[in-house]
This record gives sequence, C-alpha cells and structure tokens, in this order.
Amino acid sequence: MQSAELEINKIRKDFPILTRKINGKPFIYLDNAATTQKPLSVINKISDYYSLYNSNIHRAVYDIAEEATDAYELTRKKVRKFINASSTDEIIFTRNATEAINLVAYSWGRKNIKNGDVIILSEQEHHSNIVPWQILAKEKNAEIKFLKINETGNLNLNELEFYLNNNNIKLISLCHMSNALGNIVPIDQIIDMAHRYNIPIFVDGAQSVPHIKTDVTSLDCDFLAFSAHKMLGPTGVGILYTKKKILEEMDPFICGGDMIKEVHKENTSFNDLPYRFEAGTPNIADVIGFSAALDYLNEIGMDNIRSHEIDLTKYALERMSELKQIKLYGDTDMRNRGGIISFNLGDIHPHDLATILNNHGIAIRSGHHCAQILMEKLDVSATSRASFYMYNTKEEINIFINALGEAIKLFQL
Amino acid sequence: LSDDIYREIILDHYRNPRNKGKIDNADVVIHDSNPLCGDQIDMFLKVEEGQIKDIKFDGKGCAISQASASMLTEMVMDKPLTTAKDISKDEILENIGLTNLGPARIKCALLSLKVLKMGMVKYYSDKEPATAEKMEKDSHLY
Repeated sequence: MQSAELEINKIRKDFPILTRKINGKPFIYLDNAATTQKPLSVINKISDYYSLYNSNIHRAVYDIAEEATDAYELTRKKVRKFINASSTDEIIFTRNATEAINLVAYSWGRKNIKNGDVIILSEQEHHSNIVPWQILAKEKNAEIKFLKINETGNLNLNELEFYLNNNNIKLISLCHMSNALGNIVPIDQIIDMAHRYNIPIFVDGAQSVPHIKTDVTSLDCDFLAFSAHKMLGPTGVGILYTKKKILEEMDPFICGGDMIKEVHKENTSFNDLPYRFEAGTPNIADVIGFSAALDYLNEIGMDNIRSHEIDLTKYALERMSELKQIKLYGDTDMRNRGGIISFNLGDIHPHDLATILNNHGIAIRSGHHCAQILMEKLDVSATSRASFYMYNTKEEINIFINALGEAIKLFQL
Repeated sequence: LSDDIYREIILDHYRNPRNKGKIDNADVVIHDSNPLCGDQIDMFLKVEEGQIKDIKFDGKGCAISQASASMLTEMVMDKPLTTAKDISKDEILENIGLTNLGPARIKCALLSLKVLKMGMVKYYSDKEPATAEKMEKDSHLY
C-alpha cells in the first residue's frame, strides 16, 4: 500500500475484537504498548496449525511434521527479513522479550562480565531490562550505572560519553522506545558511540520494533529483543537477534532436547545456531501464527504505521493539553516520540481514572508500567497511559477526550 | 459498574480523609501495599484494655483504597480491637457503597481491612501468642 493514509475502516474489519461492546459502549482499545489485538489472519493461522498439521518439529519424518517444521522455520526467515538480519542463524525464538534479555544476561553476561565491570542502563528502562542485569552484577560484583533522563524524558549523550571515557564499561543496554513515556532514544547515535569504544550494545526493541522500521544491519546493534504479541502476533513468542560472531561464543541458556548434537554419558555437544538456544519443544503454534502478523505488517507498511501513529499522537496531545487539569509526560516533538501518552489528571489516581474510562468502553493502562525507577524520577507513584496502533482512529480519541472530561466532572476538578 | 462508585461517599473520604496521619507513641504500627495499584497503607493503633483508643492511617493510592481506609477508622474507633476479626469483606464493600467491584479493584477496597487485621494479630502475638494464632486463622483474610 503506497498511500500514507491508512484505510482504517478496512483494517478494523480484520480485527474481530474491535466489534465488541464494553459496558454497552463500543470497545476502544488504547493499551497497545501492553499488547496489541490480533487480526483474523493470525488467529486462523494458529487454528490451522492445530486443525491441519499439529505435530512436533525438527525430528519426525512424516508429512505433517515436515509441514510444521517448514512453517516454523518460515517464520524465522520472515523475521530475518523483517529486521534485515544477515542470517536466520541470528534469530532465536524465546517466550518473550524478557526471556531474550535473560538469555543474554545469563549466557553472554556470565562469560563476559567480571569483577569491577560496568553495565550502562537508563532510568527509563522497563524492569525486564534492569533486573536480569542487576542479578548478574550482584553475582559478578559488577556495577550498574543509570543514564539520567531530563524533564522531557530524554537522555544526555554527554553523560554517556563521560562514562565511556572514564569507566570499565562492558555493555550498554537501552530501550529504543520507552514503554512508559513513548520517548524514542537516538539509538543509532548511541550505537556508534558504543562501537567507537568497542562496547557491545543491547537494544530492547519491545516498543520500537512494532512501530518503527528496524534494520539491524544498518543500526549495527549487537543484540535486539522484541515480542510478537506487541506487533499483532500471539503471546508466548519473543525474538532475540544477536550478531552471529557473538552468538557463536555464547554458552547455552536452557538445556535439553533439540539444543544438542550428541549426548553421551561423559559429555554433550551442542547443536548449531540458532537451535542451540531453543531447548525443548518450542511454542510452535504461536511462532507459526506470528508469520501471519509479519505478513500483515509488511502489507500495511511500517512507514505508514509510523506516520499514522504520529498523526494520532499529535492530535491526542493537542486535545489533551486543552484540559487544564492535565499533566503530560515525555517529549512533545514527534520525531522523538512514539504513539504512547503518559499523563495524570488532577489528583485522580490512575487506577480510578482507568476504572472510569472502562465504564466508557475505553481500555487504558494505569500504574507504574514496570518502570518504577522512572516513576520515582517523575516523582509520581503511577501514571495513566494511552497507547495507539494502526487500527485506532481520531474518533476514538475524541471519545477518549470526552471521557476524560466526564472524569474531571466526577472528581469535581 | 457505573460512574456512581465515585460519587459522594468515596469522593468525600478521598478528599477529606478522617483520622489521617500518624500516632507517635502507637502500640501497633503496620504497613502493607497492593502491588497491583501501588496503594500503600500504614496504620497506627493506640490500644487500652483491649479497646481502640485511637487509630490513624497514612497512605497513598487510589480513591477506593484511601476512602475505605478512612471509613474503616471511623468504624472501629473506640471499639474493642478484636472487632477487627469479625469485619467481613461484604461489610466493608456495603459501607462504602461498592457492592459491584471487579476482582482487580476489590483488593484496593480491602487493603485497609487487611492491614487492620494484621495489626490486631501483631498486637496480640506479643501478649497472647495462642490468641493471636487463633485470630489469624479465624480472620480469613490473606
């Protein structure tokens, strides 16, 4: 599709859940940063696997097992192409982005992080990009430094440069887009900086890959993690991309069947890449289902998705800033921001606001968004968060704004 | 569930909480939080001969959790501490006019009751461990 304007009505028809009514109102789903809805093609793809060729992969020699193996591996090929990796050996399926980070913290981290080393994170990381490194650092007596964010949620690259000059940095791990603020980090610039000092960089792409065209070859990141369910795919599928030369030196994470070449009483040799990192029966059905999600995204076009989200977010920010009781967080320059809006409305607690909006059929997120360090920095215990995807419309935003107005009335703000 | 849940009682207690603050020489201080919402409640109890002579709560969180804490303090002030064990979930929900709360938000409404019951058990576990143990069993809370 070439036109920058998405054919929203056509798209919406592909998502069965969007026809639901919640509390008698049309369902408006604005929690896409948590998970996205699934088009019928993804749902059918999963159902077809179970109805037509359900079998275990990689071993059996009969027809349906080969069909299943081919379908599973086809997704890997599509993922490779989607992020422009150089080889399918670099694409590892995990349960989610969290597991992908844990895999690297365990396999790469335990081998490469030593006493006195430093790992760089930022204050806006999701807990999943903090806790695995914290545990690793404790075990190895290494140190974690958090890059500060300023009042609009942006990093100061001079601070990073300072650390790179002065410390024993062994890894930088940053999100490309903050799940709580929606801010986009200048990741290409940061990767260049890291590589000038020969430091590998892990990119948490859970929020960015579903919304921004991602090319690991031109980015040159060393690791990238993302989750299928945040990009129209099923839950239970995460993707870890790692440069082959790094992956070849990494020890296995989860061990068992499928990740081995030969097992003897005395020793075991491990399988080739990427299977070495996929022990046991994987989530076959959902990996296969994910291929339909990638087809769908390719058909719409990532650039079109991004520009639609820019339009929506700009519009929503304009309308929301008309409410005098509102506090909006994050950068207002759409070049530095994805389709996520974190906010607070007067003294209404986000959970109360989410309950009120639910009465209007609107699903938003409320809480600390697994980013408590960021919440402390913003000096709030929680925020409300609305996040958009390709199927959201300006009409939905209008209803959302009206519902915020109702909440203001209700709480007599 | 309708917007009614935020009318009158809850809003009144949220904006004008009763017995909010700290008691410096409290006999029991107890804290708990609700990880889902991040609601936090600290409760301070002054107990004389088994009677609640003073009770205060401090905390932050959603209107439902804070208003129900405020209301609970009014309910038990000057009553025997052991009343806490007989207060039921339904009683709290009826009192604050929220009989139609979903499972996620019920935890908000009941956090302060949980803290009060924990406080009661803590108070007696120093004095009469056997009673405290029985109370813990009987209060069906956690």
